[in-house]
Amino acid sequence: MNAIAKKTFTHTLKKLCTSTFIFSLSFALLPAAYGDDVVVGFIYVGSKGDYGYNQAHALGAAAVKAMPGVKVIEEENVPETIAVQNTMESMINLDGAKLIFPTSFGYFDPHILTVAPKYPDVTILHAGGLYQEGKHPLNAGSYFGYIDEAQYIAGIVAGGTSKSGKLGFIAAKPIPQVLRNINSFTLGAQSVNPKITTQVIFTGDWAMPVKEAEAANSLIDQGIDVITMHVDSPKVIIEICERRGIYSSGYHADQSELAPKGYLTGAEWNWPKVYTDFVTLLKDGKPFPHLLRGGIKEGLVKVSKYGPAVSAKTAALADAAKAKFMAGDMVIYKGELKDNKGNVVIPAGTALSQTDIQLESMDYLVAGVIGNTGS
Amino acid sequence: MKALALVAAMEGLLIPLLALLLSLGIFGVFLLAVDNDPFGVFYSMYRGGFGSPFSWRNTLERAAPLMLTALCTALPARLGLIMIGGEGALVIGGIAAASVGLSLNGNAPWLVMIAMVIAGAFSGGLWIASTGWLKHYRGVNETITSLLFNYIAIALLNHLITGPMRDPQSLNKPATLPIGSANMIADIPELGVHWGLAFGLVLCLLYYLIFQHTTLGFAVRIIGGNIRTAKIVGLPVGRLTVMTCFFAGAAAGLAGMIEVAAIHGTANGSLAAGYGYAGILVAFLARQNPLTVIPVAILLGGISASAGLLQRSHHLPDATVFILQGIIFIVILLSETLYGRLKLLCDERGRT
Repeated sequence: MNAIAKKTFTHTLKKLCTSTFIFSLSFALLPAAYGDDVVVGFIYVGSKGDYGYNQAHALGAAAVKAMPGVKVIEEENVPETIAVQNTMESMINLDGAKLIFPTSFGYFDPHILTVAPKYPDVTILHAGGLYQEGKHPLNAGSYFGYIDEAQYIAGIVAGGTSKSGKLGFIAAKPIPQVLRNINSFTLGAQSVNPKITTQVIFTGDWAMPVKEAEAANSLIDQGIDVITMHVDSPKVIIEICERRGIYSSGYHADQSELAPKGYLTGAEWNWPKVYTDFVTLLKDGKPFPHLLRGGIKEGLVKVSKYGPAVSAKTAALADAAKAKFMAGDMVIYKGELKDNKGNVVIPAGTALSQTDIQLESMDYLVAGVIGNTGS
Repeated sequence: MKALALVAAMEGLLIPLLALLLSLGIFGVFLLAVDNDPFGVFYSMYRGGFGSPFSWRNTLERAAPLMLTALCTALPARLGLIMIGGEGALVIGGIAAASVGLSLNGNAPWLVMIAMVIAGAFSGGLWIASTGWLKHYRGVNETITSLLFNYIAIALLNHLITGPMRDPQSLNKPATLPIGSANMIADIPELGVHWGLAFGLVLCLLYYLIFQHTTLGFAVRIIGGNIRTAKIVGLPVGRLTVMTCFFAGAAAGLAGMIEVAAIHGTANGSLAAGYGYAGILVAFLARQNPLTVIPVAILLGGISASAGLLQRSHHLPDATVFILQGIIFIVILLSETLYGRLKLLCDERGRT
C-alpha cells in the first residue's frame, strides 16, 4: 500500500468510525418512540404479583394502561437505593416518560427529591403523602390514603365473627402508619365487643414470609381465630389461616381467592381511581394536587366484599360504619382513650379527625392490644 | 520467561472473554426458549448499560459499591479464606460514618469528610479483622462467622435507627438525623457519578499493587498456598491474617460510608441493600484479583443497569438478569479448568 492510498484508507476509516459513532450515539440517545402516547412509568419495590402492596399498585397501573393515548411502562423489585434514582432517570432518558409513579414509601427522600429538580418537565408522584408545600419540588407530589378507616370496618367484621374474642395482628414494624392500623382495627372490633383483645407480633421487616408464617402459626396455637396483618405480601398468612381453619382479614389487595372459606374482608387500596384521576388531569395539562390524602369517602381506600362466614348482623354493623365514613361524621380517635399501659393518650372530650397531624406520629397501642412498640 | 508471562496474560484475557461469549450464547438460547428475540434483548442491554452517557453513569454508579465490597472477599481469598462478610462491614461502616458525621457536624466539611472516611474504613476493617482473628486464634470457620456477623450488623443498625440514633422526624422510615448537605460527597464534574467511584478505583489499584507486587503480598500468598510452609519459614501468620482481613473490611466499610455520604445522607435500613453479597460474586468472577475486580464490577453494574429496560421494553421478569448472572458465574468458574490447556497457546508454553 503506497502512502497516498494508506492515507485515504485511514481517512475513510476515521470518517466511517466517527459517523458510526455519531449514528449509534444519536440512536442510543433517542428515547424509544411510542407515537404521541404519554409515557407513564410505575416503579414497585417488590414483585407486582405479590397479592399485596405492589399488586395493589399494579392494578392501578393496569387501569391506566386501559386509558387511550397512554403507554405504561413498569419496573418491579427496585430497592430504595440509588437504583430507584437510576430507574427514574432511565425511564425519562430512554423511554421518554413524562409521568412517573414511584410507589414505595422510601423512594421519596432522598431519591425523588434528588431526581425531580433535574427534570422540571417530568412529573413524579409518590405514594406516601410526604409532600410539603414550599419545601419540595413543584413537579413532585405525594398521595396516600387513610387505610385505617378500612381497617376499622374490618375490625368490626372480625369482632363480630370471632368466637374466642382473641384477634391476631402480624405487622412489619412499629411505625406510626402500622400502629394506626392496629389501633383502628382493635377499636373497630371493640365497638362490637368491648372485651376483645388483639395480639400483635412484629416481624421486623416488610417481606419476611418465614417469620410471618411462624407468627401466624403461633397466634393460631394461642386460640386466636381471626388474623389480619400489615406486611407487604399477606399471601402466606392468609393461606396458613385457611389451612388451619381460622378466619383471616386481608390487606392492600383482595386476597379472597386464597381463602374462599375463611376470608372475612380486608382493607384495600383503590389505586385505579387515584391513578386514572391523576393521569387525566396531567394529560389535559391541568394543575394537580401536590398532596392528596383521603379515606373511604374520597375513594382512596375500600373494603373487600364480605366473605361467606360473615353473618348478616355483622355485615349490617360494618355497613353502618361505612355509611358514617361516607357521610364524613365518623371519628375513630376520640377521648377518653387509653394506651395498653394505662396512660391516657387522648383526654376525654377531645376528638381527633383523620387529618389531624397528631395521628401521624402515633407511638402507642390502645388498651386491648397485647404487645409493645419497642423493637 | 517473557513469553510465559505473555501467554499467561493472553490466557487471562482470552478465557474470560470466551466464557462471556459462551454465557451470552446460552442466555440467547434461554431467551429463544421464552419466546424473546435474543438480539433485541442484547441490544437493549447494551443500550441500558453502555449505550449513552446516561447509561454509563447508571452503570458506574451501580459498580462503585461493588468494587469496594468485592475487595472484602478478594483479599481474604489470597489467604485461602472465604469471607462473605461484606454486607455487615458495609453496614457497620455506614453506621460509624453517620455517627461521626453527626457528632462533628458544624466543623469544616473537609474535616468531617476525612473523619467519616476514617471512621467507615476503620470500623469495617475491625469488623472483618475480628472474623480473621477468630479464624486464626480460635479456629472458628470464617465463612460462618462472617455470615453471622452480617446478621449482627443489620440487627445493630435496626436497633440504632429505631432507638438511640433515630431522627424523631423520620416517622415511617426510621433513619438517623441527616449528616447535612454540606458534608455530602459531591459528583465528579462532567461524569455525574459521585466521588465514591474514585475511591473504588483507587483502592482496587492500591490493593493490586500491595498484594501482587510487594513482599507483603507475596507473604500473604504463601499463607494461602500452604499455611505450614508459611509458619516454617517464620512468617507472622496471625498478624498477616488479621491485617489482610482489616484491609478487606476497610474497603467494605468505606462503601458503607459512601452510601451514607453520597446517596442517603442518613444511615437507614436501605444500607443493607445486598451490595455485600453482590460483591462476593464480583470477587469470584474476578478470580480474586483486585485489578480484575474493576472491569467485572462495571460489567455487573451494566447488566443490572439494563435490567429495568429488559422489564420495560421486553416484558421480561426482573429475575432475567439474575439468570444471566448465574450463567456467567457458572461458565466462568468452569472455564478456570481451561488455564494452561488452550491448544492455541500450548505450543508457546512448551517452547519456553
